Amino acid sequence: MATQIIETRDLVREYKKLRAVDHISFTVEPGEAVGYIGANGAGKSTTIKMLTGILRPTSGLVRTCGRDPLRERIALAREIGVVFGQRSQLWWDLPLQESFTILGAIHRLDPAVARVRSGELVDLLEMGGFLSTPVRQLSLGQRMRAEIAASLIHRPRLLILDEPTIGLDVLSKQRLRDFLGAERREHGTTLLLTTHDMGDIERLCDRVLVVDHGRLAYDGTLSGLAKTVGAERVMVVDLAPQAGHEGVAELRDIPGAALVGVEGEGTRQHLAFDPQATSAGAVLAAVSARADVLDLAIEEPDIEDVVRRIYAASR
Amino acid sequence: MTRVLRTTALLVRSGFRQQTTYRLALLAGISTNSVFGIIRAAIALATVASAGAAVGGYDARTAAAFVWWGQALLGTINLWGFSLVADRVRSGDIAVDFLRPVNPMLVYLAGDVGRAGVGLVARAIPTLAIGALLFDLAWPPGMPSAALGLLSILLAVVVAFLGAFSLNLSALWFTEIRGLRLAWMVVGGVLCGLYLPLPWFPGWVQSVASCTPFPSMLQHPLDILSGRIAGADAVSAVVSQLFWVLVLTVVGQWVLARGRRRVEVQGG
Repeated sequence: MATQIIETRDLVREYKKLRAVDHISFTVEPGEAVGYIGANGAGKSTTIKMLTGILRPTSGLVRTCGRDPLRERIALAREIGVVFGQRSQLWWDLPLQESFTILGAIHRLDPAVARVRSGELVDLLEMGGFLSTPVRQLSLGQRMRAEIAASLIHRPRLLILDEPTIGLDVLSKQRLRDFLGAERREHGTTLLLTTHDMGDIERLCDRVLVVDHGRLAYDGTLSGLAKTVGAERVMVVDLAPQAGHEGVAELRDIPGAALVGVEGEGTRQHLAFDPQATSAGAVLAAVSARADVLDLAIEEPDIEDVVRRIYAASR
Repeated sequence: MTRVLRTTALLVRSGFRQQTTYRLALLAGISTNSVFGIIRAAIALATVASAGAAVGGYDARTAAAFVWWGQALLGTINLWGFSLVADRVRSGDIAVDFLRPVNPMLVYLAGDVGRAGVGLVARAIPTLAIGALLFDLAWPPGMPSAALGLLSILLAVVVAFLGAFSLNLSALWFTEIRGLRLAWMVVGGVLCGLYLPLPWFPGWVQSVASCTPFPSMLQHPLDILSGRIAGADAVSAVVSQLFWVLVLTVVGQWVLARGRRRVEVQGG
C-alpha cells in the first residue's frame, strides 16, 4: 500500500513497564491534514518518534511514505519535514539565510533550485526583514516561521509539526496556519500536527485523531468530534439585576444554547453552545433581549477537557 | 560526491563564520596564550641551558618553537574537548541531528574544522608572531616540512575532534560526562605534549602515549613545525596521525550507531 503517506498497524511502544503507545492503527492519505491530539503523556510524541525512525516500535507495523522508518532512515529524511516547537534545527549564531543554504546542501538540492525554493518561502512567510539576522536574535514568532521554512526547503511530502504554535501570539498563530493551509493546497503536502490549541485543529485539520493513554480514542472529523463529546463553547454573561428583583431569571430557553451554570442568583450565568450550530452573536442577541449584559467571556474547551470526555464516552 | 563536498564545504564555512562572532574571546585567547607562552618558553630555555646541550632532541631554538607553536595552536586544536553534542543529548535536541539525511559526525566535524580555521588565522598567527618577536624560534627546514606541518595541524584538529565526539556521545549512556571529560583533559594534557615535550618524559610514559591518539593531537604537529623532526620522521608522524583518524572514525561511527540504537530501543 505504497500510496498511503502514513500507515500504522497495531503499533505498540513500551518503556519498561509503561505502555506509551497501545495498539494504534491508522492511515493517512496524501494531502490530508490530520490533527493528532491528546493530553501530555498520552503518547503523541512517542508515535511521532516511531513515524520518523527515532524510536523502534515494541511491536506492530509502521510505514511512512511507504518506507520502514528505521531501515530507510536517510531516504525517509529526504521526504519528510519535522518541526519540533521546542527544538531548533537552525544555526544559532549565523544569519538566518545561512541555515537555509546549509539545509539545501544537506538535502542535496541543486543550489539554484534551493535558492528559488528558499526565496519562495521567504516571500510567503515574510521573512525578508530578518534574513540577515542571527537566529539567536529572532523573536519566537520569527523563529517558528523560520523553523517551518527550514523543514520545507526540500519540498517534503509529509510535514510533521509537534506543537508548532506553542507560545505564539494570536497574529503569529494565524499567519502560520494560513501559510500551512496554502502550502497544503498548492503542493499537496500532507500535514500531521500535534497541538494543545483547538484553533490549530479547527483552522487546519479536516481530520482529528485523539490519543489517550496510548490508545486511539477517536478518528474522524472535527465536527464529528464536537458531536461525540459536545466540543461546545461556554459563554459566561454577567447580567444587571432586574428592577424590583433580587437577581436575574435563569436563561433556560435561549435557542441553541444550554444553561450549564448559574451564580449569584442569576447575575452570572454560563451558557453552552455548539459553534457549528449557532453563533456567539446569536446567543448574545437572545440573552440581551432578556437582560442587560454587563460583561461577557467565551471559554474555549481545552484539549484535555475534550480528551477526557472522549475517554469517558468510549468506556 | 561533489554534493557531499559542497555540503561539507558549506558546513566548514558555517563553523568558521560562527566562530568569528566571538571576537573578544579571540583577543582574550591571544593574550592568555602569549603570557603562558613567555612563562613556558622561559622554563624550557632554562631546562635546555642547565643541561648544557639539547634535551630529548630539543635545543634552545626548537624548544622555544615547540612551546610557542603549542600555545598558538591551543585555540585551533580542541585539546580540551567540547560539550556541544553531550548537551544536545541531554536536552534531546540530538533527535534533530538524527532526522537529517546526513551523518551527524560529518556535520559536527566540518563545523569544528571551520572553527579551527578561525583559531588558526585569528589566534595562532598573532600568538606565534608575538613569540617570534620575543624569542628566537626554529622554523621548519624548507617548504615540504612546512606543508607537512600544516597537514599535521589539520589532522590534529580532526583527531582531537573525533576523540571528543565519541566522548560526548557517551552521554547517551551516562548522561553526565563531566568526570570523563576531566579525565580526558588531564590524561590527554600530559600525553599530547602540552605541558612538556613527550621526549622529556620517562620512557614508559612515552610508550603509554604512543598507544593513544594524544600525541597525534599536538606533539606530532609541534615536532614538525619546530623542525625537530623532518623527512621520513615527519612523514611517519603524519602517517600515525592518519592511523588515529581512521581508528577514531571507526570508533565514532560505532558509538554513533550504538547510541542511535540505544535511543531507538530505550527512548530519548
